[in-house]
Amino acid sequence: MTTQRWRGRSDGRRSPSSRVATGRLLAVLAALWLPLFCAHATPGSDGLEAALTQLTERSFATKAAAAEAIAESGDERALGLLRALLDGDLHFRASDGRIVFAERSGGGYRVRDALTGEALGEAGRREVRRIAINNQMRTQLRGLIAGLTLAHPDPQVRLAAVHEVMADPDDETLKRLRERLAGEPNGRVREALELALALADLEREDPAVRLAAIEGLAGSLEPAVRNHLVALLDEDPDPQVMAAAADALEGIAVRRQLNALAETLFFGLSLGSVLVLAAIGLAITFGVLGVINMAHGELIMLGAYTTYLVQQAMPGAIGWSLLVAVPAAFLVSGAFGVAIERLVIRFLYGRPLETLLATFGISLILQQLVRTVISAQNVVVENPAWMQGSLVINPGLSLTYNRIAILAFALVVFLGLVLILKRTALGLQVRAVSQNRAMARAMGVRSARVDALTFGLGAGVAGVAGVALSQLTNVGPNMGQAYIIDSFMVVVFGGVGNLWGTLVGGLTLGVANKLMEPWAGAVLAKVLVLVFIILFIQKRPRGLFPQRGRAAEA
Amino acid sequence: MRTRKLVKRPLIALTIALAFSLSGALGAAETIKVGILHSLSGTMAISETTLKDTMLMLIEEQNEKGGLLGKKLEPVVVDPASNWPLFAEKARELLEKEEVAAVFGCWTSVSRKSVLPVFEELNGLLFYPVQYEGEESSKNVFYTGAAPNQQAIPAVDYLMNELGVERWVLAGTDYVYPRTTNKILAAYLKDKGVTDADIMINYTPFGHSDWQSIVAEIKRFGSEGKKTAVVSTINGDANVPFYKELGNQGIAAEDIPVVAFSVGEEELSGIDTKPLVGHLAAWNYFMSVYEPRNNAFIETWHEFIGDPDRVTNDPMEAHYIGFNLWTKAVEKAGTTDPDAVAAAIIGLEVPNLTGGTARMLPNHHITKPVLIGEIQDDGQFVVVWQTDEEIPGDAWSDYLPGSKALIADWTPPISCGNYNTETKTCTGQTN
Repeated sequence: MTTQRWRGRSDGRRSPSSRVATGRLLAVLAALWLPLFCAHATPGSDGLEAALTQLTERSFATKAAAAEAIAESGDERALGLLRALLDGDLHFRASDGRIVFAERSGGGYRVRDALTGEALGEAGRREVRRIAINNQMRTQLRGLIAGLTLAHPDPQVRLAAVHEVMADPDDETLKRLRERLAGEPNGRVREALELALALADLEREDPAVRLAAIEGLAGSLEPAVRNHLVALLDEDPDPQVMAAAADALEGIAVRRQLNALAETLFFGLSLGSVLVLAAIGLAITFGVLGVINMAHGELIMLGAYTTYLVQQAMPGAIGWSLLVAVPAAFLVSGAFGVAIERLVIRFLYGRPLETLLATFGISLILQQLVRTVISAQNVVVENPAWMQGSLVINPGLSLTYNRIAILAFALVVFLGLVLILKRTALGLQVRAVSQNRAMARAMGVRSARVDALTFGLGAGVAGVAGVALSQLTNVGPNMGQAYIIDSFMVVVFGGVGNLWGTLVGGLTLGVANKLMEPWAGAVLAKVLVLVFIILFIQKRPRGLFPQRGRAAEA
Repeated sequence: MRTRKLVKRPLIALTIALAFSLSGALGAAETIKVGILHSLSGTMAISETTLKDTMLMLIEEQNEKGGLLGKKLEPVVVDPASNWPLFAEKARELLEKEEVAAVFGCWTSVSRKSVLPVFEELNGLLFYPVQYEGEESSKNVFYTGAAPNQQAIPAVDYLMNELGVERWVLAGTDYVYPRTTNKILAAYLKDKGVTDADIMINYTPFGHSDWQSIVAEIKRFGSEGKKTAVVSTINGDANVPFYKELGNQGIAAEDIPVVAFSVGEEELSGIDTKPLVGHLAAWNYFMSVYEPRNNAFIETWHEFIGDPDRVTNDPMEAHYIGFNLWTKAVEKAGTTDPDAVAAAIIGLEVPNLTGGTARMLPNHHITKPVLIGEIQDDGQFVVVWQTDEEIPGDAWSDYLPGSKALIADWTPPISCGNYNTETKTCTGQTN
């Protein structure tokens, strides 16, 4: 009885059983009739073949029934077929309705029979049609595949299968889960199996079993556990079970909160790392040279477009393209930077207003250049496979790989830059010129060359930032505009002319923004951060880490 | 030398201007001018340039058929550059200087609001092709895009009835269309018995790119046992990082489907759609609809634009319908006079591209079918649900307390864009 009661509420994902039933009836009818017409039907695979034919129907309900029939056929090809259907690899030939695997080749498809694997040659784009599925079918297919892979040799696949059936297993599946547990060698899969069985035990009639199950589930962050416990809390007839469920939920709530906090911190650091990347080039041009470079955002954009062009040039190796793009973007943006410095800015040193206007003009020119040469539309920069998905630490906390990669990248770029300024001859000269230009020149430093190289360095770093940003956001002619304000904000907040200030400032602003976002909303959080900076600058006009000593006065 | 040059310049300019206006006046006798008011530069250029090309194609086609009333149509293209006040200036230029017979244009609601007073003052005709938030009906504007009851409400019905969704995230960009639409949707959901605790409303700035915490919040909101869906009025390219983040955080369409009102074929053609497969969009047209009329339209479009990979989308269909309605009305009225055309166009029917008909209603909206499509990995949509018949567009939402009693009817005796059926009075612009 209890089982029934809870089953109904579980999560409404299953397709209505009546639909499946009619579909099944159709499948059976088709199975009875088809062999009469199909000469090439091999004995033993009738059910499978009939079900496959059903897939060409337009109605999703019929297709869902067919998928079910494929899974139940017991044929060893069923798993591969279901996976192909889920991945959208299953097609049918418009001419004879034959189910095929189709691979893109040139202007058409290379076709292979889905059952026999027999190569059927090439087909035009319009001759082969894909078997479309919808979300309900995707859910169903995942469930069916999970059912078929509970005993898969790969523990990762088994784990995924257990997770898939965990939320709402039927009696048949439960039986198989129990059998599985007895012989399961892998620890993580065992854990998941135990969890799934404990969840099922929550619905048993014996309160003692329910109590034991709650004990086993305490502390688990799996969403299904929490939902089942909440349900118990609402309607369990036994007060003892209710109390235990309340206790367990409290423990889960505390852990969930801790996880949420950790997650927010990570989000903040990740946003901060983006700010640092965007601002660090400016920290050099603005901080060291004192040039208000309004074209900084466009130098970032050029870096992002370089990534795009590199990916276009090496289409087969998206995974490696970023490694090529980083030095390429540094060179491209750096070259533009040197050119800007030589052609425009060097005539305007010491005239901040004119520099501002001139660089603003340059930013517009660069935007239009990209619009004219490439396109006014955004371009597609692909993410390499290793930057997709997330690192699951526990069911309540997972960190996305792309953000982890960019956080690490920001730190590497920062350290690299610090090393250049502290350890190389160019760094020494840059610091010398920025502290006392006249004295440096008297000592034999070619200040004009140093200026150009410094600006080129800042611009190049902006280009490198563009490579990272191309992985997070849209690459289009306007993308630089989104970062210019943030960059200035970070540099001014951190303290002009201090790289460490930029790092600490960027990360602080990122974390502050993300801490505020949950309760203030994205729009207000940004406003509050700006207000905070304005107030902060009133109090400490030179930022977090002001330059001290005589250099600061110059 | 210098002074003479200064005097000379305005003189030259004057002569050129005179020559131009003279040639314009001569030309007006033989052609009917059609204004095209779409941004060709700035942030909206991505979407609006396509519509300009669509209009040029439709006009060219009409001219090949012999034009209108025995005259050729002449397109007049201006560029309001995604700049809202400039929209009003350019509209004035089209109506006053170019004396166009009708204008096809605008995309964002704010641009429409900006030109509205100009069209009303100079009595021009504007055909507006984009889905919008409703709550408006002007004597001078014909809304060929969807009103909320032709897009948002049916989409929510689909999620509720077909997918069993019980918890709702209303996520949008922070401006007038999402805010009004979400207000209507929240009122509608509460009407259907959804509690406040099951509705989460979230706004983000234009071009938002850091979706981490919002997506994490949606994930948490959706992990509490009830089936959850996101209704997205997120605009423009902010959708790309949003969907990317959904994919990275492992939210598949089967777990938490996102139904979008501003994401169409054109927007998808700029992104890798593999992580988006299964997410939904509600429109009144999809390029993938297999209808002879649509196939022919796509073929003409590819030929006109010279690129077989270009997509078609919903606002293009709206222009197709609007343009055909206008030409039919002009033929019926026998003149391009705005008042005569506006009177003639009401009740006219033209075929749409999805196998049905579009009728111009007295409230200046049209009838449209509603289609729900799932995104495929090739950037196209597969229709998973559609209404049995065309839905008439409703100018004033029935779910907002302020507009419940209002209707728009531009036929006599009411002839009013916001007629209060309770007090029997017209509260705004009349004839």
